[in-house]
Order: sequence, then C-alpha cells, then structure tokens
Amino acid sequence: MKGTYLGEFEEVVLLAVAIRTGDAYGAAVVNEIEQQMGRSVNLGAVHSALNRLQEKGLVNSEMGGMTAERGGRRKRLYTVTAYGRRALEEIRQLRNQMWGAIPNTAWT
Amino acid sequence: MKRQAKPPQWATYLLHLFCAPHRVEELAGDLDELFQQRVRQMGLRQARWRYVRDVVSVLRPSLMKRQTIQRDYSNPAFTDMFQNYLKIAFRNLTRHRGYSAINIGGLAVGMAVAMLIGLWLYDELSVNKSFQNYDRIAQVMRNRTVNGEIDTKAGLPIPLAQTLQATYGGNHHGPADKAGLFTHVVLAWWTSWHTITLSNQVFSKSGKFMTPEAPEMLSLTMLKGSRDGLKKPASILLSESLAKTLFGETNPINKSLAIDNTMTVNVTGVYQDLPTGSSFADVQFIAPWALYAASTGWINEAKDDWTNTSFEIFVTLAPSVAMADVSATVRNLLVNNAQVDPAQKPEVVLYPMSRWHLYSDWKNGVNEGGRIQFVWLFGIIGVFVLFLACINFMNLSTARSVNRAKEVGIRKAIGSRRQELIVQFFGESLLVVALAYAVSIGLVYLAVPFFNQVADKRIALPFTSPMFWGVGLGFVLLTGFIAGGYPALYLSSFRPVTVLKGSFYTGNRIATPRRVLVVVQFTVSIALIIGTLVVYQQIQYARNRPIGYNRAGLISLLINVPHYELHRETVRNELIKSGAVLEVGESASPLTEVQSTNGGFNWAGKPPTLQVNFATIGISHEFGKTVGWQFKQGHDFSRQLASDSLGVVLNESAVAFMGLRDVLGQPITWQGNGFDARFHVIGVIQDVVMDSPYEPAKPSVFFIGPRPGKFLTIRLNPARNLQAALATIDDVLKEHLPEVPFNYTFVDEQYDQKFRSEERIGLLASLFAGLAIFISCLGLFGLASFMAEQRTKEIGVRKVLGASVVNLWLLLSKDFVFLVIIAFGLAGLIAYYVLHNWLQQYEYRTELSWWIFAVSGVGALVITLLTVSFQAVKAALVNPVKSLRSE
Repeated sequence: MKGTYLGEFEEVVLLAVAIRTGDAYGAAVVNEIEQQMGRSVNLGAVHSALNRLQEKGLVNSEMGGMTAERGGRRKRLYTVTAYGRRALEEIRQLRNQMWGAIPNTAWT
Repeated sequence: MKRQAKPPQWATYLLHLFCAPHRVEELAGDLDELFQQRVRQMGLRQARWRYVRDVVSVLRPSLMKRQTIQRDYSNPAFTDMFQNYLKIAFRNLTRHRGYSAINIGGLAVGMAVAMLIGLWLYDELSVNKSFQNYDRIAQVMRNRTVNGEIDTKAGLPIPLAQTLQATYGGNHHGPADKAGLFTHVVLAWWTSWHTITLSNQVFSKSGKFMTPEAPEMLSLTMLKGSRDGLKKPASILLSESLAKTLFGETNPINKSLAIDNTMTVNVTGVYQDLPTGSSFADVQFIAPWALYAASTGWINEAKDDWTNTSFEIFVTLAPSVAMADVSATVRNLLVNNAQVDPAQKPEVVLYPMSRWHLYSDWKNGVNEGGRIQFVWLFGIIGVFVLFLACINFMNLSTARSVNRAKEVGIRKAIGSRRQELIVQFFGESLLVVALAYAVSIGLVYLAVPFFNQVADKRIALPFTSPMFWGVGLGFVLLTGFIAGGYPALYLSSFRPVTVLKGSFYTGNRIATPRRVLVVVQFTVSIALIIGTLVVYQQIQYARNRPIGYNRAGLISLLINVPHYELHRETVRNELIKSGAVLEVGESASPLTEVQSTNGGFNWAGKPPTLQVNFATIGISHEFGKTVGWQFKQGHDFSRQLASDSLGVVLNESAVAFMGLRDVLGQPITWQGNGFDARFHVIGVIQDVVMDSPYEPAKPSVFFIGPRPGKFLTIRLNPARNLQAALATIDDVLKEHLPEVPFNYTFVDEQYDQKFRSEERIGLLASLFAGLAIFISCLGLFGLASFMAEQRTKEIGVRKVLGASVVNLWLLLSKDFVFLVIIAFGLAGLIAYYVLHNWLQQYEYRTELSWWIFAVSGVGALVITLLTVSFQAVKAALVNPVKSLRSE
C-alpha cells in the first residue's frame, strides 16, 4: 500500500467520485470538477488520479454495463471505499481543527 | 438529425496505438462522451481541440503501463528456472546420446577448422610485422615497358641509390619539399648462398651484403656487439643460430671468417634470428656492401652505371611522409637520366613492406593479388565450414523440436512466457556450443603439429593471450546465437493448445527451410570437392609437362672459389675417371632458375621496335650433354670445333620470338655496356623449363661463358650406388677444391619445390573439403535417422500392406537424393565460374573437363545414398509387429 497522503487534486477527484456516487466514471468526474470548480481539467489527469486513488485503496472500480450513448463502450465505475471515506473525513476534521485554532484576532 | 460530429481520427489512432489494451475501452468511451458533450456546449472546433489535449494527457506512463497478470501460483526466481533449464538440457543431451554426439561432434569439427584457419590467417596477416619500421620500409622497384607490356622488377642501378640518398635522404633539414623523405636508403645484394670458412671448416649459408644503415632499418635486436658493427670495413653480423653453428658457446666477437674464400671479415655483432616466415628470414648473416663491391669486379664497374640494373634498394620513409606521395616524387628519377633507354619508359615505384608477403604479383605495373587470394580463399572456406556446422545444428534442433513440443506446451500451459522459453533454448544451444568449443580446442591442440607441417608454419595455440580467449568467447556467443537463434524462436512459438492436443504437425512450413539448408550444405561441399580436384589436376598437368631435360640423377653444386678455372679440367676429369659421374657441366644460373636476363641483341631482319629480353645463360661445352637437352635443329657445343665457342644455342621460344625461319648459322650480335660480341646460331633445343612450370619458357640464349659458371651440374652414374657415388664425389672435391663445401642438391627435388605452394594449397583445400563433406554427412545422417524415426508407424503399416524393403528404401531416400541433385547443379555453376577465373592466372593450364564435375556429382550422390540408406534400410527391416505395437 502506498502512502496515504492525499494531494489536493486527488482530494478533489475523490470528492467528485463521492458526489457522483453510483455513476462515477472518468468523464462524469471531469464534468463534476469542471462544474463545481469552474476550471478545465484534462481527462488524463483525472484518470491518473483515479488510478492512484485505487492503488492507495481509497476507491474501488468495476466495469459497468454497456450503454448506447458511448458507442457500446463500457464505463469503469468508481466507488469510494470505507477507507476513502475515512480519509476524507480526516481531512475535513483536520481542516476544521485548524479553522478552530485560528485566533479571532487573525482577521482584524 | 444532422450527422454526428467526429473527433480527429489520428488522435484516436494514437490512443489505440499507445494505450494499455485493458484501458482503451473506458478511455475511448470517456473521450467520446466528453467530445459529444463539448460539441454541444462550445462548438466543434473547441471540442476537437480539447479532444486532442485529452488524448495527449492520457498518454502518460501510468496509463500506458500494460496490465500485470496476477498469478495465483508462486513466481519462481530466474535462478530457480535456470537450474531447471540446466537439468533439462543435460537430461536431453544424455537421453539422446547419438544426436548429441552428432551435434556436438559436428559443431566441434567445424569450430576446429574455423579456429585453425583463423590462426593461419592471423599468422599470414602478421608476417613482417615484427620489424619496427614495418609501416615505413619499402623496396624500390622499377616498371618498364617491354613490347607493350609493363613488367616490374626489383633490380635497380647503383647510382639510383646514391641519388635517393643525396637528394631525398637523411632526416636532417634541407629544402622542405625534397630532403628528409627517407631516413634510410640501403643498397643490397640479393639474399644468396655463400661459402663461409672458419679456419678449416666450410659452411654454405645464405645472407646479404648491405650498406651500413641496414641494421637500423631492420631494427635488429643485437645480442652481442652493436648495430654500428656493419660500419667497419671488413665486418660481419651473424644471426644467433649461425653464430651458434660456427662458434658454439664461445664468444664470436672479433673472430675471423672468410666469405666465398675471397673476403676476410671479423665478427662485429650477433643479432637475434629474424622471424621465420618473414621476408628476411633467410638472412643468416649481413656483411658490408662495400666489401662485396670491392671484391667483385663487375659490381665495382657498375657503380656509376645507370643501365646495370642488378641490385636491390630498400628505403625507410621518414615518419611524417606518406608512401604514395614519396612514390610520386621519385617516379621519374630513371626516365630523366640520360643513360637510360627512354623507350622502356622506366618508372621508380615504392613497394611497401606491408604488401610484400600477401601482394607479390605485379600486372602491368600495378601491384595486385598474390597470396592474398589464398587468405581470402581459406577465410571463406573457414566461414563456410563453420556455417555448415551451424546449419547442422539448426537442422537437427528443429527436426527434433517435435520431441520438445510437448515440453514447450506444458511449460506454456503452466505459465512460461515466450521470452522465458527463448532464454531456455538459447541457453541450451549456448551450452552445447560451449561443450563443442571445449572439444574443438582439444581437436585443434592435437591437429596443430600436423597442420603446421602441411601449411609450413610455426603456429602455437596462444593459451596465455587474453585476446585468444576473448575471441574464443565471442566465437562461442556468435555461433551460439547463429546456431541457436532459429530453433529458439521456432520452438518458443508453438501454441500450447495445438501441441498438447496432439494435432501438432510440422508440415512444409518447417520442412522447406530445412531442405534449403541441406541444399546449401551440399552446394558448398560439392563445390569444395570440385575445386580440390581441379587444383590437383592443374598440378598434375604442370608436372607432366615435358621439361626439356632429364632431371633424374642430376645433382647441382654451388662453387664459390677464386681461380676455379685453374682446377676445372682436373676436377671434371677426376670425377669422370672415378666412375661415379657420367658428365659435369657448368652454368651461370642453376638449372631450376634463370638468374640473368639481358637486352641488346640484334639479328638480321629484327623489327626495329621489338624490345628484346632474353634469358642469357653462360655454360660450359658439356652442360647440354650433362642435363640431356633435346635438339630440334643443329648440334651441341663441341670442343673440337673452335668456332663453337662463339656459337649460341637457342630454345624454341627464342626462335619463335625472333620470327626466323631458317635460324641455323644466322649471326646474332649482343651489345652491352663495354662489350660487343658476335655469335652465330649452332643449334635449337626444345624448351627447357627453368622457371615456373606454369609459364611458357623464356626465350633463352645459351653461350659458352667467358668465366666458368658458378653452378656445377653433375650427372651421376646410374650404375653406381647413390651413397657410394656421392662419397666418391666428395673425396674428389676435397682433394682438389678443399674450400668448397659439398652442399649438393638433387635437381629433381629442386624442381619439385616449384609445386610446393600449389600442393600445399591443394592438400589444405582437400582436407577442408573432406571435413565439409564429413560435417554435411553427419547432419544428413542425423536428419535421415530422425525422419525414419518419425515415420516408424507409417513404415510398419506399409510393410503390413506388402511394401518391399526396396520400396521403403526408395521412399526414404528419394527426398535427399533430389536435394543433392539440386545442390550439385548449383555447385557446378559456382565452381565452374570460380575455377575458370582461377585457371586464367596460369599460362600453362589444364582444361575444366566434364569428368571432374561428373565424378564429384556421382561421388556426392553415392556418399549421400550410403548415409541415408543406412538409416532407411535399418528402418525398413524393422519387424512391423514391433513398430506398430509401440503404443
């Protein structure tokens, strides 16, 4: 198992997979990120991130059924694993903890 | 609905080309979906652009990596498998002992031949390289045009050496473009036999008279004394072996010797023997040129004569200059000289030492060919023999692949990948090749003494040289890859399903290349056999040529004594009186070599432009009677006719050259430097072969020499016992000419020497041809036995159904016979072409007769049939009950 450190982009991709639960495949993740963040991403970057996430055990994948819209080609559907979910929660908690630690005087 | 927009095709193609196959489907799907979506959102242009960008972004290593198959069994380490490969290889070798022996033996013989030839080539190519100035020594040669043909000779006038030295010599500074081209210019007398007398012992030894720079030029390794020793006026440098012969262990320095009973010299140095095989190997002593010139009247007279071209000149080039440039600079030194006949267009040519040994032939002024032909010939034979052995190996391995097919199938089924199998089979062939190499080293070790004898070499296996082992290793790897490459690729390509199901069939796909290989093998072998036969036929043809005299029972003797003319009559009379000798003749050249040729002849009706170069041989009255030459016209010299002392005897070639009908009694004048003689023709003899037996005899003039000839030719009395006769001659000579060593040679043996080089080539070629055939037959034997084994069942069924042994024999043999016939056709064509060209170099040559081809063809066929029939008959005789029950 590789290191569990999550990069920024990996985190975004993992979140997108969670959002699209049940229908999370490459193109969908691209669309989700582009809509949510308003920035354009390359398909290759997304796939490579998904690949890494899977190697780290944060997502699982399986080939979906055939659909007409893609010329009969199958999709690889990703799901967030329990471990993935915990990783996301940990990040969120860490962020919150850090937010909480900011003294009130910081913004004045 | 309008037609669906298409993404750029080339990008899709790129994706399919590079992406990992297991990912292509999803990626292409994603790309397509995004593309369609983007076409709607932002238009075709943008969508296409994004599509390309995405494709490029997808082509990253992490997505291009091929899927690794997860095995659910252990993945053995490479070394584990290696053990297994070795075990299997040895089991296979020991299980099929016959095939292994054929395989390893054939390959070992092929390698041994290649190795011997390699050693021979190395030896040939390194001749003369032991001289430090190897790259810079050259012999000065002279081109001249005689009757439209350029001939090239090493004989040069003395003043040329002086000019070279004075104008271009020395490594001191002079006019930049001229001086300093040569570091040494050495004038020399031909390596020849001389009498060396030490107190009262006489020896006959070969050596040279050279100017004092010679030891530097030849970079002699001085064991005693120094290279400057030759600068003393009456000095001699001895080779180590000669010093040992003369003085044993005592110090030879300052000891006194006499050369040719006329020159008294002191030993001033001893040099290490020059290597055997090198161009100066026969130089057992070196004495000063000045001494020789002073004691030999005519040489002394020639010292300013540009027309007396009797001497050798060697030069060493300065380090900074190029051979070709210097050759161009000195080219016209002769033609610019007033004394030289301009009609001969003489040119000075430098002949570099690096070409002396291998390129000894000159054709029309150009240095080409010579021994290098044989270097190429044997090189090619070596490669071919090795190639034949490799073919055997490939043939047997692929033929036997059926037996390994099951193994390959099982290995593949339990997870071996193709490259692992390739490694296995390469490893196996390397193992076999390494074994064969070990055997071949043994064979070479045993064969080297014999080979040295045949090839006249002193080759030793350089066991201590790392280069030898390096080359050997390279050799094993190369042969292993050539021989093992095809079987490895072929065996590893089997499909496990077909192989294991048992429907495996090595049909024509593999049989055809195998047949091609057999044809190649036999083509080479048959061509070699034809070549050998033709070489022998050529030698035999030249041997059977009429040589114009009777060479049996003749001995020849070199007489180097001053005032021999005082003793000549007594010696002759005493010899004949003793009864051991029938007749004694003298001549200026030995019977087996023309040592003197001259121009300056004139006769009535001679075309003014005809340039004459006759062999001129001064003889005594009895020479003709002694050797037994044959008269076509006229009579031999007679002491009774006083006019005969101004007569000449011509040979037939000379008469043909002069173009005279009625030659008897015709006057012939001979003008030279300082003399003018009038002769008349008294007789014409059948051509006497004195030079090469492959060339027509030179036009020759025999006359009564003014001085006694240096060579005595003695006709022994056949009625006497040979040993007794020789002893009697020795006694007579000792009594009257004690200074002369009785160092006789038999004329017939000397004549046979002329065939040595061709005979050596013939013997070596026949040896190699024999081995080539042997290797080919070994392969054929293996193949045939394998075929028979494969068809055991078929033969059994055929026998049960009533086939006779003859039928079966035909069935099994006809394939091979057919192949050999094709090979014979090819070999005939190739051999005809090559040999026809080879024979062209001999003026006196045999025809390529059809029977040689027929004999080789029939021979090859018979050998093939014997080889194949042994197996075929064995298979055909097997009781069908046995062969059919075997399952």
